Amino acid sequence: MSPKTLYDKIWDAHVVHEDADGTSLLYIDRHLVHEVTSPQAFEGLRMAGRKVRAPEKTIAVPDHNVPTTAGREDPTQMTEESRIQVDALDKNAKEFGVHYYPVSDVRQGIVHIVGPEQGWTLPGMTVVCGDSHTATHGAFGALAHGIGTSEVEHVLATQTLIQQKSKNMKVEITGKLKPGVTAKDITLAVIGETGTGGGTGYVIEYCGEAIRDLTMEGRMTVCNMAIEGGARAGLIAPDEKTFEYVKGRPHAPKGAQFEAALDWWKTLFTDEGAHFDKVVTLKGEDIQPVVTWGTSPEDVLPITGVVPNPEDFEGGKVEAARRSIEYMGLTPGQKLTDIEIDTVFIGSCTNGRIEDFRAVAEVVKGKKIKEGMRAMIVPGSGLVRAQAEEEGLADIFREAGFEWRLAGCSMCLAMNPDQLAENERCASTSNRNFEGRQGYKGRTHLVSPGMAAAAALTGKLTDVREMI
Amino acid sequence: MEKFETITGVAAPMPLVNIDTDMIIPKIFLKSIQRTGFGVNLFDEMRYNRDGTEIADFVLNKPQYREAEILVAGDNFGCGSSREHAPWAIKDFGIKCVISTSFADIFFNNCFKNGILPIVLPQEQVDVLMKDAEKGQNARMTVDLAAQTVTTSDGEAIPFEVDAFKKHCLLNGLDDIGLSLEKVASIDSFEEKAAQARPWV
Repeated sequence: MSPKTLYDKIWDAHVVHEDADGTSLLYIDRHLVHEVTSPQAFEGLRMAGRKVRAPEKTIAVPDHNVPTTAGREDPTQMTEESRIQVDALDKNAKEFGVHYYPVSDVRQGIVHIVGPEQGWTLPGMTVVCGDSHTATHGAFGALAHGIGTSEVEHVLATQTLIQQKSKNMKVEITGKLKPGVTAKDITLAVIGETGTGGGTGYVIEYCGEAIRDLTMEGRMTVCNMAIEGGARAGLIAPDEKTFEYVKGRPHAPKGAQFEAALDWWKTLFTDEGAHFDKVVTLKGEDIQPVVTWGTSPEDVLPITGVVPNPEDFEGGKVEAARRSIEYMGLTPGQKLTDIEIDTVFIGSCTNGRIEDFRAVAEVVKGKKIKEGMRAMIVPGSGLVRAQAEEEGLADIFREAGFEWRLAGCSMCLAMNPDQLAENERCASTSNRNFEGRQGYKGRTHLVSPGMAAAAALTGKLTDVREMI
Repeated sequence: MEKFETITGVAAPMPLVNIDTDMIIPKIFLKSIQRTGFGVNLFDEMRYNRDGTEIADFVLNKPQYREAEILVAGDNFGCGSSREHAPWAIKDFGIKCVISTSFADIFFNNCFKNGILPIVLPQEQVDVLMKDAEKGQNARMTVDLAAQTVTTSDGEAIPFEVDAFKKHCLLNGLDDIGLSLEKVASIDSFEEKAAQARPWV
C-alpha cells in the first residue's frame, strides 16, 4: 500500500460514496452548531419536512451574540435581533433534539472551546460547523473545517457533506521556540510567510519539534488560524498529549472502548514517504513575538519592526497595503512599539483557554494596566472561567484593572455589545484584523496573550520579552 | 435552486485584493434569520457613509454599475468567515457571477449553493476582463456556463474551467440535499460499518 498522509487516512475512513470524477460524500462524525449560521438551515429542514439524521452527533451552543456581562440572563441585555437568533437556536435545539448548552449552563462557551472541553472532539473524526474557525479541532488530529449554511442544512439532513479532496500541505516548525514566543506567534508567522491565500486548496499538517512541544491549548491556537492562511483545515497528528487531554472528558470513550479507540488513534500519523504537494518550513528559533500592522492576517511583522511602505509590495498588494495603512492610521517607517493602544481584548476561540490566561497572569501579576485603558478578558467557556477563578488568575486580572467577563465570542467579531468605537485601537488576541471586524472603523492589531497583556500595562504595542 | 442561465450584463471592476467576508457583508447584518434581504447592505462599509448616504465613488454606486450582474475582483476574493450571508448578499444585489484569480475555499463552495458562478482565471485574463469592466455600462460581458466561456464586449472569448458536478447542479438548479438523499442506502451501510469499527463515535 502506498504511504498516506494523516489527512489521507482520515479522509479514506469517512468516504461514503465516490463518483468517477472524485466528488465524494464524506461522513461527518460531529456537527457543531451556533446561533448565527444555523437558523436558515433548520428552517430549510422544517420546510422540506426533514429531520436531523443524527441528533446525537449534533451539538449546539449560542456564542456569537451573547453578552459577556453579569446579568446576561436578562433578555433586555441583547438587541432584539440577537435575542431572536439565540431564541431560534433554543427552539431548534429542543425541536430537533440535539445536544444543547444554553446560556444559563456553566458549560456554555465558544463552540470551538466547548467541543474539545466536553470530549466531543476526538482524534480521527470529521468535525464541521458553520464557522470558519472549526479548524481549531484539527489540533486533535480530527479533520475539521467550516461550512456555509446550505452545508449545515445538508449535514443536518444527511450527516454527510459533498466534498472534493484537497491537496496535502506540510508546515514544519523545527527546533525550539525562544522565551516569550507562543503558538500564536507560530501561526501568525506562518500566515506572514504563505499569505492569506497560500493554503487555498490544501489541508495543512503542522509538524516538527516546536509543534510537538506545544500543549493541546497551543496546538488549538495554531490550527485555529489555518483558515486565515486559506487552508480548508489544519491538522496535528495525535500523540500522548492528545490522548491524555481527551481521557476522562464527559463524551470521550471510557474503559475498554477507550483502549480500542487508542489502538486506532495511534495509527493516525503521516506514513514515511507520503507525498505532500507543498512544504513550508520555518525554524522555531527564528520566530519572534509578532504583531499585525494592517487589515489582513498576512500583514505580520516582528514587534521589533516598523510599519512598511506600500511601495515595498508588489502587484495588487501595493494598493491593499496603502488602504490598510490609511485605515489603521499609521505612517510608513513608524516603529511598531510606538503605536498607542486604547483597548485590549483577550479571549476568542484562538486564545480564550486556560493556558492563555496563565500567560497573561504571568505578565500582569501585581501590576496595574495603563490609566484610561479599556481591557477585558473574556473566557472561552464557563468552565475555563471557573478554572481561572480557582487558580486565582481572576483575582490577578481584577486587581490589575481588567474586566473579567462571562464566556462568549465577544469582541473577536463584535456581534454582541463588546465593540470598538470609531478609530479606537485594540491589541487583540483574536484571529481577524479585517476592516470593521471589531467595530465600525475600529483598528485591530493581532497579538499573543502575553503581548496583549504587555500592551495593557504600557499603553503601547510592547515586546513581551521585556516584561517576563 | 434557480437554474443558471447565460448572462449578458454589466461587469463591475473591484481590483482590490483580499476582499474579505466582513467587507462583503459586515457582521451587524448577520442577525437576520432569513436568506434574503441582504443586497442593500452588500459592501456596506465601503458603500455607505455612517449616516446612510452613498459614497459616490464606490463602484456599485456609480450610475454605470448599479445594475451590475458580474463582478471582476482582485485575488483571494471572499476570504475570512464561512458566512453564507456573503453570497446571499451578492445574489440579492443581482450579481450572478464573480471572476477572480482565486477565491477562498468556503466562499467558493457557498456560491454554488446559491446559483452564483465563481470563475477562476489566470492574472492576464482577469486583467483583460478588469479593463473591459472599467469601460462601464456600454461594455456588456457574456458568461456562458454551458460553453464555459466569458466573452468581452469586444467579442474576445475566454474559456474557463469548472467542476463537472458543480456545473451540472448550477445548470439544472439542483438541490444538493435531494441528490445526497438518493444515496441514503450508502449512508445507512456506512453508519453500520462505522458503528462496528469505531463504536465510540
